[in-house]
Amino acid sequence: MVVNSVHWFRKGLRLHDNPVLQEALNGADTVRCIYILDPWFAGAANVGINRWRFLLETLEDLDDSLKKLNSRLFVVRGQPTNVFPRLFKEWKVTRLTFEYDPEPYGKERDGAIIKMAQEFGVEAIVRNSHTLYNLDRIIEANNNSPPLTFKRFQTIVSRLELPRRPLPPITQQQMDKCCTKISDNHDQLYSIPSLEELGFRTAGLSPAVWKGGESESLDRLNKHLDKKVWVANFEHPRVNTCSLYASPTGLSPYLRFGCLSCKVLYYNLRELYMKLRKRCSPPLSLFSQLLWREFFYTAATNNPNFDRMEGNPICVQIPWDQNPEALAKWAEGRTGFPWIDAIMTQLRIEGWIHHLARHAVACFLTRGDLWISWESGMKVFEELLLDADWSVNAGSWMWLSCSAFFQQFFHCYCPVGFGRRTDPSGDFIRRYIPILKDYPNRYIYEPWNAPESVQRAANCVVGVDYPKPMINHAEGSRLNIERMKQVYQQLSHYRGLSLLASVPTIQEEAEPPMTDESQSSSGPDSPPKSPADSEAAVCSTAPDSSTVCPYPDLEGAVDSQPSQTVWASSGSHTQPAVAITSSSHPLSTPTQSNLSRSKPSPPLCPPMSPSPSSAMTKTQPISQGQRRKGLACEVRRSQRQQGRQSFTLAAREGESRAEEEEEEAGGEEMMEEDIEQGEERMEEETAAGHQL
Amino acid sequence: MKRIIGGEEDSNNSSSKSPPRTCKKVRKQTSEEAEAVVVSELPGSEWARLPQELLLHIFQYLPLLDRAYASQVCRRWNQTFHMPELWRYFEFELNQPASSYLKATHPDLIKQIIKRHSNHLQYVSLKVDSSTESAVAACDILSQLVNCSLKTLGLISTARPSFMEVPKSHFISALTVVFLNSKSLSSLKIDDTPVDDPSLKVLVANNSDTLKLLKMSSCPHVSPAGILCVADQCHGLRELALNYHLLSDELLLALSSEKHVHLEHLRIDVVSENPGQHFHTIKKTSWDAMVRHSPKFNLVMYFFLYEDEFDPFFNEESPVTHLYFGRSVSKEVLGRVGLHCPRLVELVVCANGLRPLDEELIRIAKHCTQLSAIGLGECEVSCSAFVEFVKMCGRRLSQLSIMEEVLIPDHKYSLDEIHWEVSKHLGRVWFPDMMPTW
Repeated sequence: MVVNSVHWFRKGLRLHDNPVLQEALNGADTVRCIYILDPWFAGAANVGINRWRFLLETLEDLDDSLKKLNSRLFVVRGQPTNVFPRLFKEWKVTRLTFEYDPEPYGKERDGAIIKMAQEFGVEAIVRNSHTLYNLDRIIEANNNSPPLTFKRFQTIVSRLELPRRPLPPITQQQMDKCCTKISDNHDQLYSIPSLEELGFRTAGLSPAVWKGGESESLDRLNKHLDKKVWVANFEHPRVNTCSLYASPTGLSPYLRFGCLSCKVLYYNLRELYMKLRKRCSPPLSLFSQLLWREFFYTAATNNPNFDRMEGNPICVQIPWDQNPEALAKWAEGRTGFPWIDAIMTQLRIEGWIHHLARHAVACFLTRGDLWISWESGMKVFEELLLDADWSVNAGSWMWLSCSAFFQQFFHCYCPVGFGRRTDPSGDFIRRYIPILKDYPNRYIYEPWNAPESVQRAANCVVGVDYPKPMINHAEGSRLNIERMKQVYQQLSHYRGLSLLASVPTIQEEAEPPMTDESQSSSGPDSPPKSPADSEAAVCSTAPDSSTVCPYPDLEGAVDSQPSQTVWASSGSHTQPAVAITSSSHPLSTPTQSNLSRSKPSPPLCPPMSPSPSSAMTKTQPISQGQRRKGLACEVRRSQRQQGRQSFTLAAREGESRAEEEEEEAGGEEMMEEDIEQGEERMEEETAAGHQL
Repeated sequence: MKRIIGGEEDSNNSSSKSPPRTCKKVRKQTSEEAEAVVVSELPGSEWARLPQELLLHIFQYLPLLDRAYASQVCRRWNQTFHMPELWRYFEFELNQPASSYLKATHPDLIKQIIKRHSNHLQYVSLKVDSSTESAVAACDILSQLVNCSLKTLGLISTARPSFMEVPKSHFISALTVVFLNSKSLSSLKIDDTPVDDPSLKVLVANNSDTLKLLKMSSCPHVSPAGILCVADQCHGLRELALNYHLLSDELLLALSSEKHVHLEHLRIDVVSENPGQHFHTIKKTSWDAMVRHSPKFNLVMYFFLYEDEFDPFFNEESPVTHLYFGRSVSKEVLGRVGLHCPRLVELVVCANGLRPLDEELIRIAKHCTQLSAIGLGECEVSCSAFVEFVKMCGRRLSQLSIMEEVLIPDHKYSLDEIHWEVSKHLGRVWFPDMMPTW
């Protein structure tokens, strides 16, 4: 039987370590490599010119490499669902191959294509090569839920077997066996479009700082490894002015488009380390960048709402401000803070900024100064940032805005001091904001504080030639720290996590007393706290906040429900809940706490269900010192006993951060020989808790 | 029955569809609530004889919307729905679609509450987004609370200080309605509002016996004399939050007078409006009087100053317990903190200069024997100094937060080793905080 393969490139734009492309070639009579692109849609999509240019260069490179193998890349215009039926018939396709896309949108799209292929009698082959690990394995190893702290993630990963070894590039011999005749009008039908064809104006476009393509990525990989040898230690390099500029050894955009296989990078680093250090296994920190990417992919893979606050079970609901004007100033680099503006200019021109620069501008937009939703910032990055993966981008933004993953929020990057510490000379600013180039170092980060004579001498008067700062940072951060505290103090499951929120207050006494009594009696002086304020109220119904919280933890959940059902239910429950609370009804739910609002049905969670209270009695023997652990275990117990609800996802994780670390200790104890006494004891306590 | 939820319902089609949906929602719940399902299936069974106290108790656990649906089941449930006990606490959320992502309390519901339940309200908070309209709407609600006696009132700006945008006279007249009518306010949170001295006088004249908590950080229209009047009259005040410019020796002495109960918490924000601003000093004798009178009081101080504005601070012993440095602070100031803050419990330093904080931390560990929580942002510390610090503080450090990237590995410890070493001294597993390097 004749085998006609079509390999569909999306990400994974490379010929090396491409397992599913190997599958396409395997025993095939013909193979066509296609890329599907909708030129009409291209201009409309929220993707900037730099990202398109990078993609087109990558496709050119791919086409060149295929030419060397007597093949070509077929760029097909249209949408996958329309394109495939046509191609299946025209090319008598029997096999369709593509790389597994772990992102929710991609999974849905691919599901439809696989179904369509089946209807046409086309065999569909899918292989994972965009991530190091099979993400479902990580989730499975974490009791069927994605780890929500990076530490936990590292622990899980360290228990897994090493990633699959990379495969060699496609060879001439392989290709010869299934060579497809290229028609004369190939360039007419399947050429790679130009930026103009996609609707971009290229006049005045500065040359690309990051050149797309597999060849470029392999060059860079070599330089990257050379640099590592040269540095000769694999510690985090200290950040300095140079780190801020685009580096010829940077790899992130290449990993994003799959020009470079993450496994190739992984094994190169590993082997280099073992060669230089003569140690058996390198520490996880060697791969930290790759693992961050993996971490966010894992967190996102089953969460279609990962890129938004509403309906996203891991995202803290923060009352962000909507302010299009301020957002535009930030996005266009007109904040009046040279450090922020220089970074945003670099991002717009070059498509890449250093991770600390990302922290700086993300903090400024969200919790630090402007109090604008991380979703808005994420969209700007999506347009401009070459390495913006859906999962990694949304995940990083949630992280940096302290919306998920259990961050301390006390520290805001100062838009003046942070830059000055990184680049005391201010040369980075002079490069991207030339109008400030004549400012003395002392004022270049805060030109508005320069005396007028200095401003005039530098030919740049603040308020005339360069904007005044759009916000008083001291005042803004004072307000925002309070706002964050408000949010976090409401989240009972974050209790004990953040430094500032634990500053005491007499609140309990001045506000409705939330004792057992007040809940059970209806006497005149024992008002119920808003029953709908479920998070807080539920927790405070227990006589002592440290005894019981019916919110189950996630990380510690030994036998929690499969995460798929958790996520899935969140999706399906959310909509009816939203419908009910929509403002079309005269009664909205005014007193719901922020976190619970977007969650399916928090208020109906039984506040004093029998299971936690039974756990309470059982834990009484636990001493004060052990309380926290006791709590964790009860929570775990109660989770097993109760039906799980998706809205508590975030809650569980926060509640369990402490004990999660304990668990991690367990993991590392297994790995490492030196068992620390303290941890050993804690493990015992945890174990004791389990037995209760 | 519909009338009870709101007469306006007739004009609203969606409402008639909603109740069955709620029943479904109830049914989906866990087994503990399985019995509740029976209600909809067997009306008139023994459920009807459920004592009202029990029903009330159950209602207390339901969110407002579900209570509203439940109130449509029968007359008795409807009566329960309106029992005052269920209306004592209310949080009004005032958001505009253009400025907030969050839902708002429906205006009709607000009307209903004011009409039927305002006399039941005792614990009220009003949350407003960044828009002036929302703040004005909040003031309108306040000015209608004429026949209620509030115990707590909180005006909370969730995004920006929008109460400051409301015409001051409008705000003051609305607020004084509450002050005049309540007579027994015990907790008042009015941070970032245009409250002024005369309105505080009204507060004091009507609520001096009951006021326990007053939070009014960043209220620029209040003078030191205005707050002094509160401290002089409200002897039950146990918690106070204000800005440094309102803090005076007189105020501290007033709070330490014999008539005054022990103060529990004093929160001071020290914010610089312009670089180079000069700040007054508080006499050590005044602080000593405070500590003598209220030996256990917490002094929480938030600093948002430029580095060169710290001269007046920490030159003498200070009773501060919780310190937050929101901007860069010099090694020298932190050195003074180490010498002069024996009561320090929590210390957060967001940033300091380029040189490592080593000696300062060691000094803090040595002199601040109560320190149990510390958070360091952009502050470089050498690994060995950090370990030494943790070793000296030991297990009393219940909160320890530092970013991995500011720990400088040295000849004694690498980054991988520090986690074990610190964990050992803390007696629990500890890791530095990490930030995505992507």
